[in-house]
Amino acid sequence: MLNNVLDFVPKLPIAEKTKDATEWITEKFSFLFDPIKEHFGSFMESTSEFLISVPPVIIILLVAVIAFFISGKKFGLATFSIVGLWFIYNQELWEHLMSTFTLVLLASILSVIIGVPVGILMSKSRIASAIITPILDFMQTMPAFVYLIPAVAFFGIGMVPGVFASLIFATPPTVRFTNLGIRQVSQELVEASEAFGSTGAQKLFKVELPMAKTTIMAGINQTVMLALSMVVIASMIGAPGLGREVLSALQRAQVGTGFVAGVGIVILAIIIDRITQNMNKQKQ
Amino acid sequence: MPVIEAKNLSKVFGKNPKQTLKLLDKGLSKDAILKETGNTVGVNRASFSVEEGEIFVIMGLSGSGKSTLVRLINRLIEPTEGTIMIDGDNLATMDKKSLREVRREKLSMVFQKFALFPHRTILENAEYGLEIQKVPKEDRKKKAQEALELVGLGDYIHQKPSQLSGGMQQRVGLARALANDPEVLLMDEAFSALDPLIRKEMQDELLDLQTTMQKTILFITHDLDEALRIGDRIALMKDGSIVQIGTPEEILVNPENDYVEKFVEDVDRSKVLTAQHIMKRPETVNMEKHGPRVALERMREEGLSSIFVVDSKRNLKGYITADDASEARKKEINNLTEVLKNDIPKVERETPMHEIFDIIHDSPIPVAVVENEKLIGIIVRGAVLAALSSDGEVNLENA
Repeated sequence: MLNNVLDFVPKLPIAEKTKDATEWITEKFSFLFDPIKEHFGSFMESTSEFLISVPPVIIILLVAVIAFFISGKKFGLATFSIVGLWFIYNQELWEHLMSTFTLVLLASILSVIIGVPVGILMSKSRIASAIITPILDFMQTMPAFVYLIPAVAFFGIGMVPGVFASLIFATPPTVRFTNLGIRQVSQELVEASEAFGSTGAQKLFKVELPMAKTTIMAGINQTVMLALSMVVIASMIGAPGLGREVLSALQRAQVGTGFVAGVGIVILAIIIDRITQNMNKQKQ
Repeated sequence: MPVIEAKNLSKVFGKNPKQTLKLLDKGLSKDAILKETGNTVGVNRASFSVEEGEIFVIMGLSGSGKSTLVRLINRLIEPTEGTIMIDGDNLATMDKKSLREVRREKLSMVFQKFALFPHRTILENAEYGLEIQKVPKEDRKKKAQEALELVGLGDYIHQKPSQLSGGMQQRVGLARALANDPEVLLMDEAFSALDPLIRKEMQDELLDLQTTMQKTILFITHDLDEALRIGDRIALMKDGSIVQIGTPEEILVNPENDYVEKFVEDVDRSKVLTAQHIMKRPETVNMEKHGPRVALERMREEGLSSIFVVDSKRNLKGYITADDASEARKKEINNLTEVLKNDIPKVERETPMHEIFDIIHDSPIPVAVVENEKLIGIIVRGAVLAALSSDGEVNLENA
């Protein structure tokens, strides 16, 4: 009897409607998705092919030099980079590493290109902030696998849907930290800039963004890390790279192979994290 | 014509501010309005005008609305009601673009916590106002450098603000404001964050600069001593309203109500009051007409032990003591010149009281107040002490 109260409406067809909507979008926007898939896909492929064509020793040395200078001429990070990257090479995972790096790099760049302006918009408009905040919550808490389904529908399989899924998963921190960073700029500095007759753009570019830079960079660091964490998941829809090695090891219960590929991801994560963090410190 | 003229300037923070203003009209207090509507009255119908070249001080305790008031003047805070006339234009109704022009060309602001841009060098900070006006680089560099030299920071231009002490940082703040060559300087508690010695130094320097710059300055402070020191006129604020506007003397000597009186009670009056406030009409003898006999007679009448001697044009010639006068009478000397003493302590009309202390302390006779060698008054020790106690009678008619 009591349960009947809850049954006053039949099951709502949310799942069906979502499916219909996705199909509708796929069909109607194929004029948009198809060229993206084609051009962006081939761009990504040539990027990773280029990286693969460069002799690994050059890349390893380049990373080591960057690590050395960016960490304030200390040898720790540089040494770690050389040893770590050599290990990946030694395990014959170099090509996978380059694919993964391409995916993370492009997903991160796109996240920043989209995330920073959205964050600025949020910091300037209370309405925008009220609308965007729950969307960001949704994007971050929805299990990442769920994004794979529309990603495949829109872009097929391969790197492009991988980037798409990473983008959704990894953009929120950049948006949030940009918003936070700008809102944290001291009221007196904002007033000073206004009192001298700055336009909105002058205030933003000459005062707010430079002041918020450290916070924004912390957000970007988070975005890069999240993008990296998506590589295994994205491999389920055919994105190449270290993630695919982990996935296939999982499917075949090969503990050893899975472990080695996993370590490769960890090494890449540490190098990227320390380099982006040090970029931030240096500029302070 | 005044440079700034504010009329009925009001600011209410919260919802339905205009409604709240009506409650104010009905005579409700700030507290009652907060209770009833939840709105805060920032500024309540402030009217004042600032003349060209004047240092106009707005003074009040924290929460009195003075910082809000200064922000209404350049519309960093939008006024709820009222007009702000600057050079005949009403800032309150101006569109954004014209407002920006006024801010760029006429108003510059100096902030309490300096508000320097930490990512820019000292020079770049000073350049800011010109940079956003798109003044060519060489030009603005030159002007910024000049402004920095004016405040004595010519050698520090490539440092970052964090490398400078508080006093120096505020000099940069001042230079940044001056580089624009504005008509009006808005200084919001500009020296309050500095320690007392530096603060005094900056006050002196501002007064020094002002003698050459002749800017119109609106200076906000919570420090009455500072207000009295640098203000040509002072507006005292309480609960968002201006309680009294007047010169430092008027505020001190003629407080309009109990609040102002209480406020000025503890003030160091010796820094504000000058000789003219405590001097009294002198008893004299005229050396061209009178001899020792008259001098003695006058001293006896007034109960004095000495008396000042002047000529017919009231030029101060010296003084004579009772002893010398009776001596002279015994010796039958009839001309005062021969027994005149000349070591008279003299001060001017404008000499501040704290300088008079030392003089009067060492002097056996009253201090003479002179103007162009003419005797216009005398100061006796008792008058100094009386003036220092807040309820002592002070003679404003002399001023």
